[in-house]
Amino acid sequence: MTDATLPPATSEPSSAKPAQPKSLYAIDELTRKRNAAEKRFQAYGIGAIGIGLFFLVVLAIAIISEGIPAFTKTIVEVEFTLTQEQYDEAEGQLFKTKAYEQIFIGALQGQLEEKGLDVPFDASTIERIVGKPGGDIRSFFKADESQLGQPVSFELAASSRVDGYINGRVTRENMTDSRFLQKTDLDLVDILVEASIIRSVFNWSFITGADSGVDNPGGAGIGASVIGSFFMMLVVLFLSLPIGVAASIYLEEFAPQNKFTDLIEVNISNLAAVPSIVFGILGLAVFIQFMHLPQSAPLVGGLVLTLMTLPTIIISTRASLKAVPPSIRDAALGVGASKMQAIFHHVLPLAMPGILTGTIIGLAQALGETAPLLLIGMVGFVARGYPDGFVSGFLDPNSAMPAQIYTWAARADYAFYEKAWGGIIVLLIFLLTMNILAIILRRRFERRW
Amino acid sequence: MKFTTLVSATALAVASTAFVGAAQARDQVQVAGSSTVLPYASIVAEAFGENTDFPTPVVESGGSSAGLKRFCEGVGENTIDVANASRKIREKEIKACAEAGVKDIIEVRIGYDGIVFASQKDGPAFTEFQAADIFNALGAKVLKDGKIVDNPYSKWAEFNADLPDVDIAAFIPGTKHGTREVFEEKVLAVGCEATGALQAMLDSGMSEDDAEDACIDVRADGKSTDIDGDYTETLARIDSNPNGIGIFGLAFYENNTDKLKVATMGDVAPSTETISTGEYPVSRPLFFYIKKAHIGVIPGLKEYAQFFTADEIAGPSGPLAQYGLVADPELAATQASIEAEETMK
Repeated sequence: MTDATLPPATSEPSSAKPAQPKSLYAIDELTRKRNAAEKRFQAYGIGAIGIGLFFLVVLAIAIISEGIPAFTKTIVEVEFTLTQEQYDEAEGQLFKTKAYEQIFIGALQGQLEEKGLDVPFDASTIERIVGKPGGDIRSFFKADESQLGQPVSFELAASSRVDGYINGRVTRENMTDSRFLQKTDLDLVDILVEASIIRSVFNWSFITGADSGVDNPGGAGIGASVIGSFFMMLVVLFLSLPIGVAASIYLEEFAPQNKFTDLIEVNISNLAAVPSIVFGILGLAVFIQFMHLPQSAPLVGGLVLTLMTLPTIIISTRASLKAVPPSIRDAALGVGASKMQAIFHHVLPLAMPGILTGTIIGLAQALGETAPLLLIGMVGFVARGYPDGFVSGFLDPNSAMPAQIYTWAARADYAFYEKAWGGIIVLLIFLLTMNILAIILRRRFERRW
Repeated sequence: MKFTTLVSATALAVASTAFVGAAQARDQVQVAGSSTVLPYASIVAEAFGENTDFPTPVVESGGSSAGLKRFCEGVGENTIDVANASRKIREKEIKACAEAGVKDIIEVRIGYDGIVFASQKDGPAFTEFQAADIFNALGAKVLKDGKIVDNPYSKWAEFNADLPDVDIAAFIPGTKHGTREVFEEKVLAVGCEATGALQAMLDSGMSEDDAEDACIDVRADGKSTDIDGDYTETLARIDSNPNGIGIFGLAFYENNTDKLKVATMGDVAPSTETISTGEYPVSRPLFFYIKKAHIGVIPGLKEYAQFFTADEIAGPSGPLAQYGLVADPELAATQASIEAEETMK
């Protein structure tokens, strides 16, 4: 456009000068300018991509460097024997896990004293070094009482401060003595590390486990909330895809053009732009307070996210239905297919890649959503193990990955902050898997015409 | 046809979800409320799940007021059973509760929490505060040269030469937090009186109520920032601002001593000891509230409350004290009132 207006502007001064010989080989002023503009534009483009890439790299480095410590954990490896009497006594108490912890600490103290270490330590030193092993010990012996009276080798999570010391987060210089860890405790830790009683291992329980209390970062895992997100995505997929596709096929192919359908179309576009928290409030009012569905359940989360995802899916499905050439419809109708046959046998398969793309974008959006979950009770301390079965996966209280990350980031102990970054890595992996699946499916359905 | 199966499958899915949901009885305790109580509640919830046959309770956060609001929505499985609060329930809230049918409420005091003023560990020497300093720095109207004026101070040293000569930047809890109320009551109001601003306001003809309200007004010129999120947000602000002063719970500060240094208030350093003796002035009791109507309906509700307040848990050597809660010396009375299911009058 601007080029078209340029010649008259530049012709004024050039008419004053003597006319230059025109040659196709010599590049004249105007062409040079246009070429330069093109070069500049390309440079801007490369610059924009460069900036984008730079931020992507910075983000990736930040996530990976902060999140990696979440995938290792420091364990204390101890072989110890729990007698039947100790078991019965501990089971008789109110705070059973604490009793097991005391027995464990006593056993470890005995073992260390036998070794004759040359650093002073007592039971409270060991208590500060080990995390909260009581729960693990109890569930182990409760599940298999035949192990009582036999030496069993345990790998139990060390306290978060010791974990930080091994990871380099806590150093002798930056730490202050507190009831969580004393500087002198680190002497014992050093010796135990040398004896490889304390060592760093890959943290499987972070990937498979459930959330833990704020004083037990070593036991926290994202596994349960991955399951929560998974069940939510199932609900979203199986509700929003059929509903969305059916709605868009009707609107695109069958609906008469009148004011009413126009109104619906405008509203669908508007709904796509409604902030997600609004759907959360709606979900609380309709699904929990009116329909009495269980609180904190992935089913409700899924329903709320379905509402959020529907407009996205409808809009993209309609766009891809529109993109199918009319000749396909005409040909099908021409050889005697009914309208429905034409759509389901010919138009829909061709529109499928676009529909899938829209669905995956909608699902990815829903996967990362935290705000609506806040209102239906999925953000907070939801420490449940795996659901017992398929149905309870939908109905048992559970968290979702972004909600879990948010909860961890708000906790006082810095170890949870690392867990939050680790959780982001798991979330991104989940997302990438979904996207790769979508690409594979799209490739399979893709047809050319 | 494909399409009809699709439609009927969807209809079936929708219908069955509604049906299953209605038939499902809730088997776990639902808790919501104060973010100050949340860490303690999550410790107890985890231990409760590990030590009893009941499922682990679900504990949500969101602030004392938000929690009590949800608590007062009514009675039934789709409402929460327990509300955590970092302040006492208000008359207004009790009334709202009663209107919605929540008539019998059991109040449980779990212990005390200290509120501390902390700044960057390597930042300026904010080590000693008096309530008057905080009031002069953050009050909306202060006393200067015998007159009540809009807060003119922009640096700490302008009103107290002992404090660092740096810009005032404070990060205080937003109004939805129970901590804010304690801060207003135990720091701003006290400082207002100590500087003589309260007297000056009364002398100028203000009514007592108006003067007290004016005392706890926080300046709105950007020197003080309300934090609506959790303490981690305050910590992040302090991290990026060497001159920043933040308000934290004692337990949060103790978990982050490698980044923060704490200031004394009225010449007393905050610790569990000074708080339990009452020497450290800025502390408050923490509560949770139980719907009596839910006891016996929701499995494990009473057991949860009993477990929470047991000596082994909330006592001076329990995990809550270990995390930073100041144990309540009158725990035995609380245990007895839960046992008898005593409701508030």
